[in-house]
Amino acid sequence: MALLRIDSISKSFGGVTAIADLSFDVPEGKVYAVIGPNGAGKTTLFNMLCGIYTPDEGSIRFRESEIVTLPPHQVAALGVSRTFQNLQMFFNMSVLDNVKVGAHLRSRTPLWSAALRLPQTRHEERQADNWAREALSFCGLEEYLRSEADALPYGVLKRVEIARALAAAPKLLLMDEPAAGLNDTETKEMRALIRRISESGITVLLVEHNMGLVMDVSDRILVIDYGSRLAEGTPKQIQNDPAVIQAYLGGEVQYAI
Amino acid sequence: MSYLRGFYLLLAVALLLPIAFPGSYYVTVVGVTAALNAILAVSLNLLMGYAGQISLGHAGFFGVGAYASAILTTRYGWNPWPAIVAGMAATGVIAFTLARPILRLKGHYLAMATLGMGIIINIVLVQAGSFTGGPDGLGGIPTLSLFGWRVNSDLRWYIVIVSVLLVVVWISLNIINSRSGRALRALHGSEVAAEMMGIDTGATKTQVFVLAALIASLAGSLFAYQQAFVSPDSFSFFFSIELVTMVVLGGMASTYGAILGAVILTFLPELLVVFEDYEVMIFGAILMLMMIFLPQGLFVGLQGLVRRVLRAKQGSERGAA
Repeated sequence: MALLRIDSISKSFGGVTAIADLSFDVPEGKVYAVIGPNGAGKTTLFNMLCGIYTPDEGSIRFRESEIVTLPPHQVAALGVSRTFQNLQMFFNMSVLDNVKVGAHLRSRTPLWSAALRLPQTRHEERQADNWAREALSFCGLEEYLRSEADALPYGVLKRVEIARALAAAPKLLLMDEPAAGLNDTETKEMRALIRRISESGITVLLVEHNMGLVMDVSDRILVIDYGSRLAEGTPKQIQNDPAVIQAYLGGEVQYAI
Repeated sequence: MSYLRGFYLLLAVALLLPIAFPGSYYVTVVGVTAALNAILAVSLNLLMGYAGQISLGHAGFFGVGAYASAILTTRYGWNPWPAIVAGMAATGVIAFTLARPILRLKGHYLAMATLGMGIIINIVLVQAGSFTGGPDGLGGIPTLSLFGWRVNSDLRWYIVIVSVLLVVVWISLNIINSRSGRALRALHGSEVAAEMMGIDTGATKTQVFVLAALIASLAGSLFAYQQAFVSPDSFSFFFSIELVTMVVLGGMASTYGAILGAVILTFLPELLVVFEDYEVMIFGAILMLMMIFLPQGLFVGLQGLVRRVLRAKQGSERGAA
């Protein structure tokens, strides 16, 4: 069953078409990767999926409900979480608090109740704390619990962002270039982490440039170029697709192989 | 709750000061003004320090509260207590109405919009003379009384205003260390990430803006009763700037920093009186030096300094052992 169904969406910015009539289904429980050359429209696509941009046309259905017109916080409330290509940490907070923000949707305490520290607030505070610690240890970050976010190296912060997204207990996790800027060891760890996330039952939608990683962790891959679908299939099918090879390496297909 | 440790210290200081210095002008007169400013600074800090939304019009809400209480008690003969509530309700409605359009703006634009808001409120206070008494102000405001206990001496005002300050600080600390407080800080850190974590950033900004305005309104009402007189000068653009300075000087995103900033900015002019003509110059120089050497603000900066010294000491002891 498709968890996310994208049906002929288009988006252009002042006459420049970023996404043109794109359709695909993300099956539940799988790792689905979107790849394509720089400027192919991957980030635009991501921003539409999570409600930052509204497509000019088309429909995006998440678990059978239309999300095209929803603002990001309502998309998140349905069970979609994401990480960012360029870190979007809360640098004014500790690692633990960053991840606790991830658990925001799982508790209800309104402002006035928090202001007066009513018993419900204290209970939910303990819960949020537990959820955040769980997510941090899932990502292997226990040792950074108390650190301030602005004191940590890039590779660690990439994982903190994932922990923050996981603390929301999402059904779909959008990962925008999780391995960008990571060294080989960190990339290997990231690969294992993506697998663990998938095994825990969360559907992963991945945008990534590191082909080794993509081919290794993905169940299906969508290739886009100039905002439209170039190919779709299993990693093996994609690796042998002449159109993909042409787009990536240019020139004649026979030279590329 | 561990985050309330500083609060208990503050409580102890507030209790001990009038006992240690009975009848002192600096405790019960300047101290009360400092406490009132601290209430305003703590409320502005929620909006500015934590949520990262600057307001150059906070004195406007302070003024609405003060004038609501002044007008309702003197012209309509209301009891002071319901007048406070009515003032807060009016301020809340104004803040709520303005919040959505204003807080959609960011950075300099937000600063300009709130600046305009404060100035407009001030102009209304001056121009609506038949209600507000115009530039001459409004006098003869009755004082508060609680079950026959009339708040009619400096010490009693100290008790009332410092108590309100303590409650406001307690509320502020509770919020900051909660889900709502994290939402505020997240908003400051990265608005897009906050949205993606399910935080309705528009609603969150509105909430904190209204809350800060309500506290400012309460402070305004207390100010009106304490002074028994209000005039538009007390709620001008310059006072808004002074409040922002308190928050920045003490340290953004620190409740105690806001209190410290308020205390310093209230006492400094008193202490600098001895320099007579040079008072304002020295005042400005102190502010500049503080910002150059402690850009994170006095409280946060000193905190970091103490931590570094302690760590260095521990390190050397460990080295010796």
